[in-house]
Amino acid sequence: MSGNERHTLEIRGLEAAVEGKQILFGVDLTVSSGEVHAVMGPNGAGKSTLSAVLMGRPGYQVLGGTVTLDGVDLLALPTWQRAAAGLHLIMQYPTEVPGVKLDDVLAEALVSRGRSANGLENLLRAEAARIGLNPDLLHRALNVDLSGGEKKRNETLQLAVLEPKFAILDELDSGLDIDALRDCARRVEAASNAGLGVLAITHYSRLFEELKPDMVHILVKGRVVASGSPELVDELERDGYAKYLGPEAEEAAPTKRSSLDDLFAL
Amino acid sequence: MTPDLASAIPGPDWLTERRVGAAQRAAAQPMPQADEEIWRYSRIEELDLQRFVFSPGAVVVTGNADCESELLESDPVAPAPDVFAEWNAALSEPIVLRTRRGQVIEAPIVLEHSVAEGQATFPRLVIHAAADSEITVVERFRSDGSGAAFVAPVVEVHAGQSARVKYLAINELGNDVWQVAHQLAWADRDSSVSLSTVALGGDYARVRTEAVATGQGSSTKQTALYFADGTQMHDFRTIQSHVAPRTQSNLLFKGAVKDTARSVYTGLIRIGHEAKGAAAFQTNRNLTLSEGAWAESVPNLDIETNDVRCSHASTVGPIDPEQRFYLESRGVSPEIAERLIVLGFFDEVLEQLPLPAMAAQLRARVAAKLDGVAASVAGAVA
Ligand SMILES: Nc1ncnc2c1ncn2[C@@H]1O[C@H](COP(=O)(O)OP(=O)(O)OP(=O)(O)O)[C@@H](O)[C@H]1O
Ligand SMILES: [Mg+2]
Repeated sequence: MSGNERHTLEIRGLEAAVEGKQILFGVDLTVSSGEVHAVMGPNGAGKSTLSAVLMGRPGYQVLGGTVTLDGVDLLALPTWQRAAAGLHLIMQYPTEVPGVKLDDVLAEALVSRGRSANGLENLLRAEAARIGLNPDLLHRALNVDLSGGEKKRNETLQLAVLEPKFAILDELDSGLDIDALRDCARRVEAASNAGLGVLAITHYSRLFEELKPDMVHILVKGRVVASGSPELVDELERDGYAKYLGPEAEEAAPTKRSSLDDLFAL
Repeated sequence: MTPDLASAIPGPDWLTERRVGAAQRAAAQPMPQADEEIWRYSRIEELDLQRFVFSPGAVVVTGNADCESELLESDPVAPAPDVFAEWNAALSEPIVLRTRRGQVIEAPIVLEHSVAEGQATFPRLVIHAAADSEITVVERFRSDGSGAAFVAPVVEVHAGQSARVKYLAINELGNDVWQVAHQLAWADRDSSVSLSTVALGGDYARVRTEAVATGQGSSTKQTALYFADGTQMHDFRTIQSHVAPRTQSNLLFKGAVKDTARSVYTGLIRIGHEAKGAAAFQTNRNLTLSEGAWAESVPNLDIETNDVRCSHASTVGPIDPEQRFYLESRGVSPEIAERLIVLGFFDEVLEQLPLPAMAAQLRARVAAKLDGVAASVAGAVA
């Protein structure tokens, strides 16, 4: 991590669409080094869309607003340069890449950052032990035939090795059992104590038992409708999003139902 | 090409008679046309055999020569599926490898062919693997200098009971060379035969590969890696044929095309009524790496019994943008991401080749060819 340097990720008025349909309607968020910002919101609110747009995933169109890292316009950069600039994404559903080995990708990723890949093997082994990832998976194809929990441990390991300035966690906790969640959340918390800024998207407060948020933001229909202290998480856990769904709450009812489905699916 | 050439080749009378017979059949056939089903999608009408001068060719054999032999009158005569195989029967002076019963030849035998400009050559390799023997053979085809040439190689594999035969053909021909190749294998009871191909070279390079499971419990495997760029074309016809019970065939063909290159895969699984309990699997995957590149995949099934397990999968398309995005989101540049994905795609085939030691070298050849891709992507961005 970048030690005691202070960096800022600033999202201003971000509007974006997917397949011609506007999903984000002006998102504002600022994260600084060492801070953990929780982003919560009902299914379909646009949380994954936000993470995709920040990283430049194909298929998403930016309609307005800015995203800067220490003043550098990230939206003007291709994905790989955003990563090299210090932004990292842990995906909700990490992509399987047949035949491409984790260690080969991380070696290339380090080299493109001007870092040496010497000692990568040792670093990988140490991180795998720390995060509880079976070391055999270090030399296997990315995410292919991995369980949900193994995929997220693998994602966390990549974050640990690449040492970005900012990480977006898109439901790091989904699909994880209690042990895996603790291991992954602890690792991110340690990184954040060393200076990593975190945008943690989640539906459940259990992530925050290890990863301590500084702020909580509620995203509804592509807007941040409320921001507050970590106690907000407990309130949401108790009362749900009803209060934040606004005047069109009727229309939003299906969204709420699918949120319940999500709970039952666990 | 004329029948006189066949009678001029030295050999016993029975062989000369066979050669002349093949030459007469070949000379009587019209040249193939692309509207014939077996030449569909090919560039066969572009071929003018008269441009080339017949040559016996040049080959260097290394490895265990303990099994080098000659053709015998009692050896089975392989069919000639087309006019080029017929010319091969007429004009080739085969290299014959004949193992003894139970003989295990550990080290691979390597045949290095070099094809010179203006020549038409008809190399033939015949492998007779006696019962319970084991042999691995690699044939490498390269060009001696640049310029157009024509090569029509044939390999025949006769695997006896419980024999294990592995064969690998590597096409590193120059970009002006035409190739029409045949691989024919017969697998007797409980034997296993593997036919693999790595195709990187050639202008138009075709391989017809047919594996016939003739004895019960036998298994055949056919694998290929092909990668065409520029204006190259790779054309594959595969046949997995089952004529005995409880036989198994596996096929994995993976190809890539870039620039304006083309590839065609046409695969047939044929299971006869006598092949109860047969299992046949066929997978063909193609990556199109440039807008102007074109690949076609045509799987066919011909099954005459119910008691079979059979599957085929075929895909043609560009690199999955999600895979690309995943690697780029780790900070890997688009060129390197593409290289990793394509090499990863081919690794599945490279890992299955009979010679693990050769895999690294072939992987490097593929990588070198891909670097052209990287350059053209970078060029497009700049
Ligand atoms: N590729 C796509 N094509 C069309 N619509 C899409 C696509 N991706 C997302 N959407 C739509 O965009 C909206 C926001 O989706 P998004 O995945 O960002 O929600 P989310 O907040 O992450 O939800 P969840 O909590 O279920 O993960 C949804 O209505 C979704 O259906
Ligand atoms: Mg989501």
